[in-house]
Amino acid sequence: MSRRPLFSQIFARSPIAPIQEHMKVACSAAIKLPEFFVAVIKSDWESANAIGDEISSIEGEADDIKRKIRANLPRSLFMPVSRSDLLDLLKSQDKIPNRTKDIAGLCRGRKMKFPGELGNLMHDFVASSVRAATMAMQTLDELDELFETGFGGREIDLISDLISKLNEAEHEADEKQHEVQMLLYKMESEINPVDVIFLYRIIDWIGDIADNAQAVGNRMLNLIAK
Amino acid sequence: MGVIEDHGSVLLLLTILFGFFMAWGVGANDVANAMGTSVGSKAITIKQAIVIAMIFEFAGAYLAGGEVTATIRKGIIDPELLGQTPELLVYGMMAALLAAGIWLLAASSMGWPVSTTHSIVGSIVGFASVGISVDAVNWIKVGEIAASWVVSPIMSGSLAFLLYLSVRKFIFSTADPFVSAKRVVPVYMFMMGLVVTMLTFVKGLKHIGLDLSMQEALLYSLGVALLITLVGIVSLSRITRVSDSSQHNLVYVEKVFSVLMLFTACSMAFAHGSNDVANAIGPLAAVNGIIESGGFVAQTSTMPIWILLLGGGGIVAGLAMYGHKVIRTVGTNITELTPSSGFAVVLAAVTTVAISSGYSLPVSTTHTLVGGVLGVGLARGISALNLRVVGTIFISWIVTLPAGAILAIVFFYLFKWIFGSG
Repeated sequence: MSRRPLFSQIFARSPIAPIQEHMKVACSAAIKLPEFFVAVIKSDWESANAIGDEISSIEGEADDIKRKIRANLPRSLFMPVSRSDLLDLLKSQDKIPNRTKDIAGLCRGRKMKFPGELGNLMHDFVASSVRAATMAMQTLDELDELFETGFGGREIDLISDLISKLNEAEHEADEKQHEVQMLLYKMESEINPVDVIFLYRIIDWIGDIADNAQAVGNRMLNLIAK
Repeated sequence: MGVIEDHGSVLLLLTILFGFFMAWGVGANDVANAMGTSVGSKAITIKQAIVIAMIFEFAGAYLAGGEVTATIRKGIIDPELLGQTPELLVYGMMAALLAAGIWLLAASSMGWPVSTTHSIVGSIVGFASVGISVDAVNWIKVGEIAASWVVSPIMSGSLAFLLYLSVRKFIFSTADPFVSAKRVVPVYMFMMGLVVTMLTFVKGLKHIGLDLSMQEALLYSLGVALLITLVGIVSLSRITRVSDSSQHNLVYVEKVFSVLMLFTACSMAFAHGSNDVANAIGPLAAVNGIIESGGFVAQTSTMPIWILLLGGGGIVAGLAMYGHKVIRTVGTNITELTPSSGFAVVLAAVTTVAISSGYSLPVSTTHTLVGGVLGVGLARGISALNLRVVGTIFISWIVTLPAGAILAIVFFYLFKWIFGSG
């Protein structure tokens, strides 16, 4: 029905804004984690469940955005970056809310406890992992400018800079993870062995958030290098 | 010669009607693509686009439209072969106008981006080769025109590619893009001013009694281009940065380009007018020449100014009545174009169309723009392009040629039957 002239149809809707939107939503799930762990460590299951539900609904929202972006990226689209690089970027982004949801789900499901010093170290570890995710979001914020300047040199320098900071944040999270693991190793005999297994798993998953944030940064480097 | 004497005024009146209708169609439809890129990149508003288009389309048609008109009028068909039967040329040109007009109307209602230029050239070649004889067509000239349809998008694409690369190198990649933009943009303004004024001074203006030598033309062009650049520098100096943070820097760079885009939009309208007005008034000029001379196929007679005025007026009328609607549709749908990339597209198209006008070649403005868009896309300047649509646009010009030709042949025999021969 629309009589939109073909000439204007050459210009397809840019996927950049939706991808940035997806990252914002993805990150907003991870940002809930520190708050969630405060509740879990206090064994305040009422608040923990409320936050967990929020995380689940944010994860669903991110999935919806991801699906829409994929549906609007036909192969006939001509873009300054490769379509598969863009889809890889989206995939890495989407792993952040997915992992966040897994973490919240496991903690709630097993009513997990983080006794004594372990709880304190967990606070720090979660915070630094989430910080990596927010840094990835900030880096992705520059994506639209990168496209607008036609991948100009200055914008690339800026992004490379942000990505190296993101890598530092990931490294910091790695160190925190190591500390938590060392402590848990020492405490193994005091905790129920089954719980120990799942504590290690939770620690791994929290580390995954920083890893995925770093992956987002690396995918962005792929976009730039062409 | 009976037909011309008996029905001369009726035939001329009909041709004027068809020609005006065609010019109206150019104004209502074609201009939208020429201005849409500027509106879409939010460099100018729709109102500004209409005003610019009205003034500069008219100026382009009137001042620089004569060359291409001459090609349509007497370049495609060899008029000497028709010395004995001038009425056939009259019927043919009328048929070509009517056929192209109807085909355009039908195609636009389907949303196909058919080219006015391709319709009219297809129609003329059609009626001449079938209705008169294959030898009546100046195939060398037709070959040149067809080649220009392939070359013009490629040329515009390459130019746009280079222009965008230069924008990236000299502006976006520098330490302070805003300062660089203010310094480099006047150079673009000068280039643009030179292209348009050269087109006007070197090839146009003869019909208003200003015959300049090459050196004089060059000198005047340089002068006017410098003047345009000065105006540009003054308007650029009004843009000042409020915040100094790098985050807002790009916004100000694009503001600088918006000023440039205002200039390029003017020159686009001018170049479009200079090339596309011929599609409407070329056949009219041919018919008028025959009827005025009482049945002689006059090859040398000059182009009456009233015909150029009529063409320009028709374009403006079409714009005023219908153009705003189409510009709105095109403009609001092109959201992914920034002033910096839009400028590269338009300046490349302007240069290509102006050069084609200078060589008396009728080209399709829309296809030239499509070439420019692809060029900027290849230079990584546009975030997403629909390649399938590009394919459809290029196929539509292949379809337009036989469609225009068949319609023109039908109308040719119809007029021949109504008014009689000999």
